[in-house]
Amino acid sequence: MLTQITLAVIASEGGNGGLLDVNPGLMIWTVITFIILLLILKKVAWKPILTALDKRESDIREALVQAEKAKEDARQILEQNQANLAKAEEESKKIIDQSRAYAETLKEQLIKESKEQAKKIVDDASLEIQRKKDTAFEELKGQIAEIAVTAAEKIIRESLDAQKSKQVIDKYLNDVTKN
Amino acid sequence: MAASNNIDTLKTVSDTLKTSSGSDSDWIMHHILDAKEIELPFLGYVHIPQLPPVFGIDVTPTKHVVFMWIAAFLVLLTLYLVARNYKTSLIPKRLANFFEVIIIFVRDEIAEPTLGKAYKTFLPFLLTLFFFILFGNFLGLIPFSATFTSNIAVTATLAIISFLMIQLGGIRHNGFFGYFKGLVPHGIPMWLLPLMIPVEILGLFTKPFALAIRLFANMIAGHTVILALIGLIFFMGTIFIAPISVAFAVFIYLLEILVALIQAYIFTMLTSLFIGMAVHQEH
Repeated sequence: MLTQITLAVIASEGGNGGLLDVNPGLMIWTVITFIILLLILKKVAWKPILTALDKRESDIREALVQAEKAKEDARQILEQNQANLAKAEEESKKIIDQSRAYAETLKEQLIKESKEQAKKIVDDASLEIQRKKDTAFEELKGQIAEIAVTAAEKIIRESLDAQKSKQVIDKYLNDVTKN
Repeated sequence: MAASNNIDTLKTVSDTLKTSSGSDSDWIMHHILDAKEIELPFLGYVHIPQLPPVFGIDVTPTKHVVFMWIAAFLVLLTLYLVARNYKTSLIPKRLANFFEVIIIFVRDEIAEPTLGKAYKTFLPFLLTLFFFILFGNFLGLIPFSATFTSNIAVTATLAIISFLMIQLGGIRHNGFFGYFKGLVPHGIPMWLLPLMIPVEILGLFTKPFALAIRLFANMIAGHTVILALIGLIFFMGTIFIAPISVAFAVFIYLLEILVALIQAYIFTMLTSLFIGMAVHQEH
């Protein structure tokens, strides 16, 4: 009975195109349209799009790996640079210290040397002065003696005892040298 | 003799029922069902030229066929433009940017989780299916157009194509005999086999049947509700019902945008899932 009712309903629906009426022509067109669309899209759209997406994904993955590597490299270089810088600083400090020490010793040496030289010059000068003084004195002594002799001669000539006079003069001269 | 009489009376009863109540619902059916002419805005009806039948089948393109072609053309044009973008550079621009999201969604959320490593073979098919249904669903939302995805013939055909894809995928991966042997779960007692084999074979056909009915019903329901809501104005014969009708119609229309997207997703998702089940039978 139930099948009879459904049969009747379907039969009457089929008459003027019901909701569940299947049009075989439409089915054929759907198959044709879908398959043609699939084939064209596969060639025109899916292949280029999907390969492009895959390529971009692999590119991004590669770029990320490379960026990571570059970061690591940069970090290493920075570390190395810092180490180098520290080393250079240390070295420069060492050089400065060394040169300072050297300058200190040089300065001391120079001062010492110049002091010694000055002392030597002063010593030389005083020696020279002494020597000059001595020679001058000797000269002076000779001259004085000569003058005295001349004077004595004059005195003797003035009739005085030359012998006695000389004694007096010598005595006098000795007094002068003692002074 | 009595039985045939019964059928005849039932026929007349159902026919009279249709004609008596038909005056109110015929115009809704007229908008939803397939037709031999296309309605153009402000220009009236254009009759599609009749083609001679091929092998006794009427192959005249109907309204739904025409809109199917329009949808197919739009899909082709859009995706061609998208593909052209990638020829110049891998960076997506404008249109490509938008459609790339959908393509990647189909690939990563539909194909890959359900199909595993075998997804690459079926991806073009799944993408085409998704975009064909999606464009068809959205095309139906434009006034004066027709929703070819609300025709049972179209959804049934798409479901048959999906069915063939499921079987071919299973056979290709597991071998002809391996596939049909794998349909019956392991560890079933021998005496249960006469029961299990028909159940499993029935199961093969219920899947595409459900696919076809689901898409068809979902796409037809929204349109019918909108038309009924608008019809309420004329049925009640008063203008004061119009704001309510229009408000509800707009709400249903917005809902239909969601449904159009969801149904395209569900059809593709389930097809992908069934292919996955046929390919990886060990579950």
